[in-house]
Amino acid sequence: MGSNKKRLASFAAIAAVTTMLLSACGGSTTASSTAAAGGSTAAFPTKGTGEVHLYNWTDYIDPEQLKAFTADTGIKVILDTFDSNETALAKLQSGATGYDVVFPSDYMVKQMIELNLLEKVSPATFPNGSKIKSNMMGVYWDANRDYSAPWMYGSTGIACNTKAEPKCSSIKSWKDWFTVGLPKMDSLKDQTEVVSAALRATGVAAADLCTTDKAKYAAALDLLKGFKPAVIDSDSGIERVIAGTSNVRMAWNGSTHRMKEKVPSVEYIYPSEGLNLWADNMVVPVGAPDLDNAKIFINWMMDPKNIAAESNFTGYDNGITGSDAFMSDSLKNDPAVVVPADKVALLSPTPACDQTARDLYTQVFTTWLGAQ
Amino acid sequence: MTTSHTAPKRRRLVNLRNFPSFTAVSWGVLFFLYIPLAYVLFYSFNSSRIATIWQSFSLHWYSVTFHDPDIQRALSNSIKIAIGATIFSTFFAVIAALGLLRMKRAGSAFAWALIGAPLLIAEIVLAVGTLAFFRAVNIPLGLVAMTIAHTAFCIPFALIPIRARLGQLDNAPFEAAADLGANEVQILRRITLPLLAPAIISGALLAFAISIDDFITSFFLSGPGSTTLPVFIFGMIRSTVTPEVDAISSLLLLFSGVVLISSYVLNRRRR
Amino acid sequence: MSKKHVKQLEGRPGQTSPLLALPTVIFLTIGIGIPILVTIIYSFLDRAEIGMGVKWHFNPTSYKSLFIIENLDGTTGFDSRWIKVLWNSFLYSGITTIVTAIFSIPIAMWIATRDENKRNILLAAVTLPFWISILIRTYGIRQIIDDNGPIGTIMHKLGYAHYHIIYTPTATLIGLVYVFLPFMILPIYSSAERFDFRMAEAAYDLGARRWTVLRRIVLPSIRPGIIAGIALVFIPALGSFLQSDMLGGGKTNMIANVIALNFGQARNWPFGCALSVLLIALTLGFVKLIQWIGKKSTGEKVSFI
Repeated sequence: MGSNKKRLASFAAIAAVTTMLLSACGGSTTASSTAAAGGSTAAFPTKGTGEVHLYNWTDYIDPEQLKAFTADTGIKVILDTFDSNETALAKLQSGATGYDVVFPSDYMVKQMIELNLLEKVSPATFPNGSKIKSNMMGVYWDANRDYSAPWMYGSTGIACNTKAEPKCSSIKSWKDWFTVGLPKMDSLKDQTEVVSAALRATGVAAADLCTTDKAKYAAALDLLKGFKPAVIDSDSGIERVIAGTSNVRMAWNGSTHRMKEKVPSVEYIYPSEGLNLWADNMVVPVGAPDLDNAKIFINWMMDPKNIAAESNFTGYDNGITGSDAFMSDSLKNDPAVVVPADKVALLSPTPACDQTARDLYTQVFTTWLGAQ
Repeated sequence: MTTSHTAPKRRRLVNLRNFPSFTAVSWGVLFFLYIPLAYVLFYSFNSSRIATIWQSFSLHWYSVTFHDPDIQRALSNSIKIAIGATIFSTFFAVIAALGLLRMKRAGSAFAWALIGAPLLIAEIVLAVGTLAFFRAVNIPLGLVAMTIAHTAFCIPFALIPIRARLGQLDNAPFEAAADLGANEVQILRRITLPLLAPAIISGALLAFAISIDDFITSFFLSGPGSTTLPVFIFGMIRSTVTPEVDAISSLLLLFSGVVLISSYVLNRRRR
Repeated sequence: MSKKHVKQLEGRPGQTSPLLALPTVIFLTIGIGIPILVTIIYSFLDRAEIGMGVKWHFNPTSYKSLFIIENLDGTTGFDSRWIKVLWNSFLYSGITTIVTAIFSIPIAMWIATRDENKRNILLAAVTLPFWISILIRTYGIRQIIDDNGPIGTIMHKLGYAHYHIIYTPTATLIGLVYVFLPFMILPIYSSAERFDFRMAEAAYDLGARRWTVLRRIVLPSIRPGIIAGIALVFIPALGSFLQSDMLGGGKTNMIANVIALNFGQARNWPFGCALSVLLIALTLGFVKLIQWIGKKSTGEKVSFI
């Protein structure tokens, strides 16, 4: 009983965190007002024919679940994968009409909406739309959930194998991370994550991560110049940590959870300057050939049981109320996934910057890459 | 090695065989060329989940490969594109080889520059250029776009053996046919094409191999449901490197071996 | 090669109407010519304000930013980043070419001096890698030099566990050499196969030492093969993407990796196109150079198709 209560408290903590997504661009509206309308769609189809074409991150959806979806609905699933939000954007903008459901992150959804790339399917009005967590409504990229349904969300911090590299437990902050200089240390090849972490390490506040003050970027670059990881890659590195070829890495909390399942000595570090909270989504691109199937798929995935199975596979928490009842204990008891109460304040949304700031990010990032 | 040293011809060869370390270097190079392939083949029978750590012998990953619908789709996409690109590029190569024989110098220089471009220009340059062009004229990404791009860069490969064969042809049968009153179409059908057939098949095989192995162009031009096997394998290597990668790779190795041997046999027969 | 036949234009076996080649020329204009043209045009445009692509507004800034950087402290200065990437690409391709040549000459000569049956088998053995996906071959060499692979294990046993090959510039180089080695062996072999070994014998008879024979007689005779090999290795190595991506740990950037980055995360198609144009120009420059060298040293025109 006691542990159950603690668990609930932890989930409440992460709920508090995610409400911060609301305030990211001041686009907050009253939560779940539209979701209430969900019940009226009495004739929402649950079965279909033909196919649904998914376009998701690599290794980010459970193949067994896709089989279950086909068994439930009669719709065949075709899955293609991408390695970055920008790859997905490039495909959608280059006339790749044929995807039905795409899984971009927060800031990318915002841009896709601005570019008129997304179909207004109003997932909040789907039968399962009312189950969207209240803190996942009113998000800055899609305030009324007109275009996007929540998928997984998580944070980007540091994974550390304390047994293979005892020194890594001394890392407490991004500043430590950039200056500690340990072997078998890997960084993500992601300009937003690397540069925002360096900005945080040099004293830029979370709310100010899209600053256009060049001096701040100069300071971040100064710090980065001494940072020479062994590998800079865009993958999760799960296999590399398990194989022992990587001991310390910039990592997403969900992949850290998956590492821990094989290597218990892995720990997830919440850097003291704060870390990025991101949320991925299910969206339907304009011109999707199987619009109804796309809706059926999104609604099916918003079922607490189904999305919980995905959480169990990916290692991330999701945006659907009631899914925690179906989540595995190892997930619910992992401080990488369920944020400890004293760490909640560290999380803030991934900065969604305008072109000017993004150019500065690119300049810092490519200069750092070039200095390797 | 036990060959007699009496024949004068042999002795000449023996002298050159005696360059110190040539034999050792050569075996070393062959070892270097094959050890990674052998390693991949060996590790495809690994039961472990981690591709680099050996656990025990197992056919598990082959079974996973054969039951993975994504791989089957990727393989079928690769084959579809390769067959399309082979047919079109071989056709374009044959007509170009024949037509260019009599083209004026200026025209043929332009044509040869276009044909040779894929051999000179980095593939990524052509890939992003094609992406930009297709986007500008609204050609959707996917199988058709990929087949067009593959056809373009397969043409020079299909052409190489055909051109080499054309250069070796004896003029006598053509003159005889012309003397007997055969027209151009008859000569083409009855003499040129049959004489070129082995080279056309070699060229087609080469085009097929180049297309099915392509990664960069397919990576930039793939669309919904049209992921090819190399693009799929690249994604796997990027994310979770299980011995499944080794199993697929081994199957492709086997396939490449079969294609090479058939082309080799064809070439032998031609001689 | 094509030029050699121009003189005997009349009655070349198999010739047909030149119009027959027209569909190919049209197709390649669309499939190759226009994409190159689009690349050139895009390199002079502004990038799109949001998202990917270009805005139709003439702006040569991409070329300017190849060399000029607006520093974070507000000053403008020389930008060495892209020059360094170019230099790296040239350096790695150059080293790859030299290393492959050093190993290819002995094996090409060695194969050429085997008896016919053995020669055919060996030839097939060095040709087979041609037919195997470069992706798979790069993956194979990655498994070999991985810390958990045979090389890593040996180094670990010998007490050099703190040295890593994988994800270093050395790994990129090993990968490039591995992938492009057959491209060097085969042209040298085809030269070596034509080499008249009686010349070598004559030199022996006249008392020349083995290495003198190699240097003075054999090497000059296989020079056309070496030059063809240099072209066949250097050019694709210059535009290589996978080896630095998969083996270099994302750090040893070559020009193709930067082009890919600009079509992805950096979202700057015009700059990616400018780099492409630069790469085309450098490649064509190298082709002219190698043709000039070829003509000077062998009197034959180096042909790429």
